[in-house]
Amino acid sequence: MATKLAESRPDGELQRKSVDAVVIRFAGDSGDGMQLTGTQFTQSTALMGNDLATFPDFPAEIRAPVGTTYGVSAFQINFASYDIMTPGDAPDVLVAMNPAALKVHLRDVPKGGTIVLNTDAFTDRNIAKAGFGANPLEDGTLDNYVTIEIDIQKMTLAAVAGLGVTNKEALRCKNMWALGLMCWMYDRDRQPTVDWIEQRFGKRAPEIAKANIAALNAGHAYGETAELPSGIPAYIVPKADVQPGVYRAVTGTEAVAWGLVTGARKAGLKLFFGSYPITPASSLLHTLSNLKQYGVTTFQAEDEIAAVCSAIGASFAGSIGVTSSSGPGVALKTEGITLAFAAELPLVIVNSQRGGPSTGLPTKTEQSDLYQAVYGRNADSPLPVIASCTAGDCFFAAIEAVRIAVTYMTPVILLTDGYLANAAEPWEIPDIDEVPDFKVDFATAGEGFHPFLRDGKTLARNWAVPGTPGLMHRIGGIEKSYDTGHISYDPDNHHRMTKVRAAKVDGIADDIPLQEVASGPKSGRLAVVGWGSTFGAINQAVERSLAAGLDVAHIHIRHVWPLPRNLGELLAGYEKILVPEMNNGQLITVLRDRFLVPAEGLNQISGLPFKVSDLEAAIRERLES
Amino acid sequence: MNVQTPVEQLKPADYASDQEVRWCPGCGDYAIVKSVQRTMADLKLAPENVVFISGIGCAARFPYYMATYGFHTIHGRAPAIATGTKLANPDLDIWVVMGDGDCLSIGGNHTLHAIRRNVDIQMLLFNNEIYGLTKGQYSPTSRLGTRSPSTPQGSIDAPVNATVFALGAGARFVARSVDTNQKHLPGILKRAHAHRGASFVEIIQNCIVYNDGAFSGWTDKAAAADSQILVEHGQKLVFGKDGDRGLRLDRDSLSLEVVTVGENGVTEDDILVHDETNRVLANLLGAMEHPEFPVAIGVLYCNPAETYDAAVHRQIAETLEKTPPTDLNAMLRSGRTWTVAPG
Repeated sequence: MATKLAESRPDGELQRKSVDAVVIRFAGDSGDGMQLTGTQFTQSTALMGNDLATFPDFPAEIRAPVGTTYGVSAFQINFASYDIMTPGDAPDVLVAMNPAALKVHLRDVPKGGTIVLNTDAFTDRNIAKAGFGANPLEDGTLDNYVTIEIDIQKMTLAAVAGLGVTNKEALRCKNMWALGLMCWMYDRDRQPTVDWIEQRFGKRAPEIAKANIAALNAGHAYGETAELPSGIPAYIVPKADVQPGVYRAVTGTEAVAWGLVTGARKAGLKLFFGSYPITPASSLLHTLSNLKQYGVTTFQAEDEIAAVCSAIGASFAGSIGVTSSSGPGVALKTEGITLAFAAELPLVIVNSQRGGPSTGLPTKTEQSDLYQAVYGRNADSPLPVIASCTAGDCFFAAIEAVRIAVTYMTPVILLTDGYLANAAEPWEIPDIDEVPDFKVDFATAGEGFHPFLRDGKTLARNWAVPGTPGLMHRIGGIEKSYDTGHISYDPDNHHRMTKVRAAKVDGIADDIPLQEVASGPKSGRLAVVGWGSTFGAINQAVERSLAAGLDVAHIHIRHVWPLPRNLGELLAGYEKILVPEMNNGQLITVLRDRFLVPAEGLNQISGLPFKVSDLEAAIRERLES
Repeated sequence: MNVQTPVEQLKPADYASDQEVRWCPGCGDYAIVKSVQRTMADLKLAPENVVFISGIGCAARFPYYMATYGFHTIHGRAPAIATGTKLANPDLDIWVVMGDGDCLSIGGNHTLHAIRRNVDIQMLLFNNEIYGLTKGQYSPTSRLGTRSPSTPQGSIDAPVNATVFALGAGARFVARSVDTNQKHLPGILKRAHAHRGASFVEIIQNCIVYNDGAFSGWTDKAAAADSQILVEHGQKLVFGKDGDRGLRLDRDSLSLEVVTVGENGVTEDDILVHDETNRVLANLLGAMEHPEFPVAIGVLYCNPAETYDAAVHRQIAETLEKTPPTDLNAMLRSGRTWTVAPG
């Protein structure tokens, strides 16, 4: 049922329909280049001045068998003329490059939504492979949707004919054709994509660059010339009214990388990054490997253990050592982390959480490593834990992690997740000069030095680095004397040292901001308490509920350990507390344990971010009961 | 040790820390720490530039007894920690001390990779073929049939040969010596120190409590001459009280055989000459075991190449030259940005 939405005026001039917000989902085989298509559309959209949020959703298999449902890769973008915080609950437009993509994603498209279909791919074989009993284009499956059926493959082949590419190479351009069409539909500039293609292929394979650009332009032209009898709907999404400033699109991974570099600079230290590839954390290793000119040394270790150990060795030598992984890898690093805790060396551990346990859902997002971060070590080994809440916040959270690590001579865990790591958002680029310095003063030769002499205020031990004359000393994992730093098995000394290490970490609570309320009243009927990447969804749900007159507030915890000093008092001011988490209930245990509050969980463990509408419904339900 | 004695005047004792040594009386580690301290004094090393990094086990207590920088870490991970320390500050002179369980069991992976990367560190393996600190279990270098608390009927897994393992990992410096051989060990330590890259040294060490005499069949003074072969680059591979025994290559089986000059038509020309740049020969020498063969001590292999830390810093320097760093504000503003104008 192809429907005409964009009316042409009698003079043929196109009338674009103005909409405030659109959610588009590109879906296809994992080899179809959907992530690339989405990323390019995102760049153009960011440059157009819309606010946006994205959600890349891809399978663990790199190239699953073609045409299968488990090989479907998708990229969703929500862009708007107003401030948005999530990639959107449901797509307004689904671009389905094959039957499997339609099969997987159709259930998310609301009735009346638009579906762009690459009809060439709807062969009997592909239809069967996707699990459809009959051809969905013919059996009424799509009756309630606006469908735009195009032979994208044929169109692409025609567009690149004569450009000297093979048939296979030509077919690989079909994602650019689809991107061109979407650029036309939503009035996006193609130039950023053209620039990108030329940069990527221009020198190496000029014919491939030409073919991709030709496909992009052909898709665009197809929309413009409206070859379909009913025309193609065309829209315009006005610019968002955002804070003046210089912006860029940023993913959580990029922001963490830049934050670590900035943190090291503010501390006056070199950054050493030891890591081992693991989804979804590897991209941080890739990003930092390209920042060597900023005092960064990267090291791909032989395993997770060597990764954390190399970082500890670098901190021992006077760098800020950083390691990163996802939950299973962090589990392997645990012994190393406790060594850094016992030896009181600075260290930052970045955990990009993913669906677990074990291999779990490597490419899907989850928040299920909070217990691991807060409690998951042998012995009395409390560590500061920071959870970044948006892609842009990853930058500041990483700086904060470095600051706490070097100020308190302790490992710090920085939690992100698969969603934050991959999702992009427009980011007002901060002025680095406004971030305060926290320069490290290494110990210098003086009377009475020993390695475990402590600062009276922070309780941090002094940091003397190898190479410093006169301060030769030995540290290690064995308990040491509070008074001399030498090995000590003395019972009272161990009690004292355990208490001092705990007090040091607890004292960080005096050096972090008090908990604020993100939205809503400072006391009332209901507080929705979240942490990490659920910030956007919870905030939008609470804002909408507030607009509907409900008595609800949003509290988002960034410092998961130690918790802000005022948090208990703040929570006591609400009748009910709802804790949405993408896990089976972890922060809620911590809150109940610390503050004895009657919190209730809202748990979604699907590997997908919360939908705003689900959270709104939950809020309404709590307030009505 | 906060005293600033000029390096030229430092004596072996000046490299000893003020900590009481806690090894069992008669432990081979005493002899090794003495050799190391003597080596430091002979080399006039500035104590502040020297770092000892160890894992867990009896041997791993080593750093506490040196008046240098030291880091007693976790079981098996010393090579990984040392790699980070060396990359962070390539000027440091780093010595890794490991026992056989540390180096070849729990830490085998890190040993393999530190060696194959060729990180410029000295890796000392104190091989006593037993777990001491956990009270006597068999180790990955224990000989077949070793009776221990965990193998009351005798061990049934084949031991690993440390030098052959190191060569297999791509080591560019492999040597062997004996704890009590104070004439030999310091020389080997100096060679290891002079070598740029991962220098792997197996030090045969007697555990007086749990494996006493494990090596006495070839390390005792009376037995040494006929059961050890001192390998030196460019020298004939000869041994024995009379110096008339030697190693010949059996060209049919590509293996070594022990021959006596003057017997069965063997002449001096048949005896192999040691070439420490020959990896194949190093493998054959390292694999020789008592009593079928004399045990080879000395530098089995030395063939330097660019070190990992040098290569890492070369790439950093190349990056700096190609893309000079901007200030961080410019870094954040590189790539696609857009400006939202006020009002």
